[in-house]
Amino acid sequence: MKNVTLTIDGQKVTVPENYSIIQAAKELGIDIPALCYDPNLEVVGACRLCLVEIEGSRKLETSCSTKVREGMVVNTETEKVVKARKDILQLLLDSHPNDCLTCQKAGECLLQAYAYRYDVKFREHDGAMRPKLIDTSSPYILKDDSKCILCGKCVRTCSQVDDRQVLSFAGRGYDTRIVLDLDKTFETSKCVSCNRCVVVCPVGALVDKRLMGKTRIWDAEVKTVDCKVCAYGCEFEVLSKKGKKLAVRAKAPSNGRPLCLKGRLTTELMHLDNPDKPYRKIGNKFVESSWTKAISIADIIEKINKLENNEEK
Amino acid sequence: MMTLEKLREIKEKTRPILEDRLKKEGKTEIREDGSIVLKGDYYKKQVRIALRNCEIINPDSIDDYIALDGYSALGKVLFEMTPAEVIDVMMESNLRGRGGAGFPTGRKWNEAFKYDADKKYIICNADEGDPGAFMDRSILEGDPHSVLEGMAIAGYAVGADQGFIYVRAEYPLAVKTLKKAIEQAKEYGLLGKNIFGTDFSFDIELRLGAGAFVCGEGTALMESIEGKRGMPRVKIHRTAHKGLWGKPTIINNVETLANVPIIYQKGADWFRSIGTEKSPGTKVFALVGKVKESGLVEVPMGMTLREIVFDIGGGVADDRAIKAIQTGGPSGGCIPADLLDTPVDFESLAKIGSIMGSGGMVVMDETDCMVDIARFFLDFTVEESCGKCVPCREGTKRMLEILEKITEGNGEEGDIERLESLAETISSASLCGLGQTASNPVTSTLQYFRDEYIAHIRDKRCPAGSCQALLEYYITDACIGCTKCARNCPVSCISGKVKERHVIDTETCIKCGTCMEVCPVGAVITR
Ligand SMILES: Cc1cc2nc3c(=O)[nH]c(=O)nc-3n(C[C@H](O)[C@H](O)[C@H](O)COP(=O)(O)O)c2cc1C
Ligand code: SF4
Ligand code: SF4
Ligand code: SF4
Ligand code: SF4
Ligand code: SF4
Ligand code: SF4
Ligand code: FES
Repeated sequence: MKNVTLTIDGQKVTVPENYSIIQAAKELGIDIPALCYDPNLEVVGACRLCLVEIEGSRKLETSCSTKVREGMVVNTETEKVVKARKDILQLLLDSHPNDCLTCQKAGECLLQAYAYRYDVKFREHDGAMRPKLIDTSSPYILKDDSKCILCGKCVRTCSQVDDRQVLSFAGRGYDTRIVLDLDKTFETSKCVSCNRCVVVCPVGALVDKRLMGKTRIWDAEVKTVDCKVCAYGCEFEVLSKKGKKLAVRAKAPSNGRPLCLKGRLTTELMHLDNPDKPYRKIGNKFVESSWTKAISIADIIEKINKLENNEEK
Repeated sequence: MMTLEKLREIKEKTRPILEDRLKKEGKTEIREDGSIVLKGDYYKKQVRIALRNCEIINPDSIDDYIALDGYSALGKVLFEMTPAEVIDVMMESNLRGRGGAGFPTGRKWNEAFKYDADKKYIICNADEGDPGAFMDRSILEGDPHSVLEGMAIAGYAVGADQGFIYVRAEYPLAVKTLKKAIEQAKEYGLLGKNIFGTDFSFDIELRLGAGAFVCGEGTALMESIEGKRGMPRVKIHRTAHKGLWGKPTIINNVETLANVPIIYQKGADWFRSIGTEKSPGTKVFALVGKVKESGLVEVPMGMTLREIVFDIGGGVADDRAIKAIQTGGPSGGCIPADLLDTPVDFESLAKIGSIMGSGGMVVMDETDCMVDIARFFLDFTVEESCGKCVPCREGTKRMLEILEKITEGNGEEGDIERLESLAETISSASLCGLGQTASNPVTSTLQYFRDEYIAHIRDKRCPAGSCQALLEYYITDACIGCTKCARNCPVSCISGKVKERHVIDTETCIKCGTCMEVCPVGAVITR
């Protein structure tokens, strides 16, 4: 791969020629705001927040989708760029509930972080707001459409696993929504509760229900652990407060690692002192389950019991 | 198998039959050079190239098309020209895309030609979603083979063997006509394997659009053909390099393709002799609105708006004063009457804040409210936004809310500035052409008719007398003091003595219109 050298905000950087501007900027420690970009997902250019100015081009370009070129001169925080970003954030906030006080995502939410960074506030207005459609059917995931910014990351990550592809866009224009299997719920759709979508969601539109109310993220200690169930070796995070391990959550999947519910429950069982009750989906219902059934080790335990009984005799 | 010889035979056999029929119908005349044109004042100033066969040949007859030199251009390029030469002629002709953006067709073809790939595609964009537009439909229904021949020539030029026509499902006659035309062309060996016995093969399939305006956008259209949701792609690659299924793809508009065959019949110089230097050829417009004779017109580029509206369209209906012309459909702008002498070509229209677009042309008179027109077009874009990117999805909605507020008489100081600021962000930050041009109707009316916005906002008045919420009922001095209105007013807001002029208290008036109905002398007016 050839390298190219470009200038971003006055600093020179040399990167492989297949890099996008946002990647090159990262090498310099320049953090370009981005809501729909994820290095593990297809680039879609939907949020438009990563716009930058490139010398010689009249138009603003999205840095997630624009490849670097030799000699390119990029400016990431010009007056024009900042105005566009502020307007975009304001447009998002104007449709968004003012709920940061109790939102589980607060502290990690990118919308919140960028609103703070660009000093954009919630405001009163008498125009349209997104309707508060909430899917509470799952014991694992809460979906709140009113907080969704339609970045589409959840759709892209869910569709990366062949037999999942549960999520999709529906509707048009302002009424666009993310739906499960042509408008079903977590319970009635073919969702497998892997939580891939939750980990990529930049806002509080998809949250892990088993974390809710347990801790604010800034109060928690977060430790990454590996899943020991299968060879994929997905990563999870254990959240603890004052030495007490409170919850386990999935970490962003990468390198073709799928994440799954069994892995998550097993990791909970192994790391938490007092894990919540597990649930299984039977038909179109989530039902409370025993741990042996939830992580499907009933037959293994039976076998172990048998063997050990034999030994004792 | 079709040969050049056979093609000539069909032509020689069919032409006299066609001429006979046309003579009987009496709608056409044959010019000295052998070309057949439609008679009448409406057509006198028109130059019909894309529409050359429309209303003349029977669209269901491939022989009729051949009788007027159809498929001779395809024969010529296959036997006499290399693909590179075909592209050279297209570049020389400087035919620019008629689908809206005006991108030079030859340059586009060349990009796909140079790009090595095992498979390439030609797409004909027949999604025509602009409200009120019917240029492409008329071509598809009136002369389908010109589009098929244009696609085959494009296929030969870039090295593609497969074409798709993406046509609106709402055009059932066009679909039927196209199906029949493709069948006939295949039967004749003018489409399919080894066309004219050469080793060039080219097939065409139809794909029906789902009726979303945004599916007319090139990359959204490709997503739709691939069976995905019709959302525009972010432009990482050119579609001429990576388009449909990631393969080099040429997408051209119906009218663009209908121009292609005749350029190879008559040459690039001939084509460039029509129209202007930078915009050669003609453009088809759907002339509608307050014009005496509405319909399709095809004129050389560079003709002024005035000539089109007055010399061809016969002027404004009811002999009212012309106020503005809206060109370019929902992404276009309103051009005020004092710019009527602007020549119609890509650059000139862009310079005055409008666009050529796909060819919508709406004539407006003094009863049309410019704020309401902007609201109407924005309402359309808000409905049609695909919802993918934030500025368009959220921003156009907010602009529409402001415009609705203004036309309902609830406008506030600062609304114009808010509109302008939103327009700037939406046009510079949106992902695709829909969002990038969505605010044009607003910015152009703000540029030329700002007073009208101010009248709505400050004086709560609609100068065109069109915004219902802002109408004021008023009794003129024609009033004879019969008291009828006062007796009938449901809120008793009319005062006046018998045989004296009456007065409406506009604060209390609920605009029910009763007084106007009952007044025996028509003294009640709205203003
Ligand atoms: C929202 C939107 C809708 C469009 N609709 C059409 C259409 O209906 N027909 C069309 O030919 N081009 C349409 N275009 C333009 C196409 O993207 C593309 O530029 C065109 O088909 C290219 O063909 P041309 O070069 O022959 O004009 C549309 C563009 C946008 C942004
Ligand atoms: S999603 Fe983000 S911005 Fe929205 S309420 Fe939660 S923390 Fe606040
Ligand atoms: S939990 Fe997994 S399967 Fe379910 S919607 Fe999210 S990504 Fe798809
Ligand atoms: S739910 Fe989250 S990840 Fe999915 S589109 Fe909405 S904001 Fe993006
Ligand atoms: S989470 Fe599931 S897929 Fe991933 S390593 Fe654990 S068991 Fe395997
Ligand atoms: S500009 Fe509008 S139509 Fe185009 S991608 Fe964005 S939301 Fe969709
Ligand atoms: S419009 Fe109706 S309410 Fe107003 S003055 Fe006339 S009759 Fe009375
Ligand atoms: S991050 Fe580039 S457009 Fe969203």
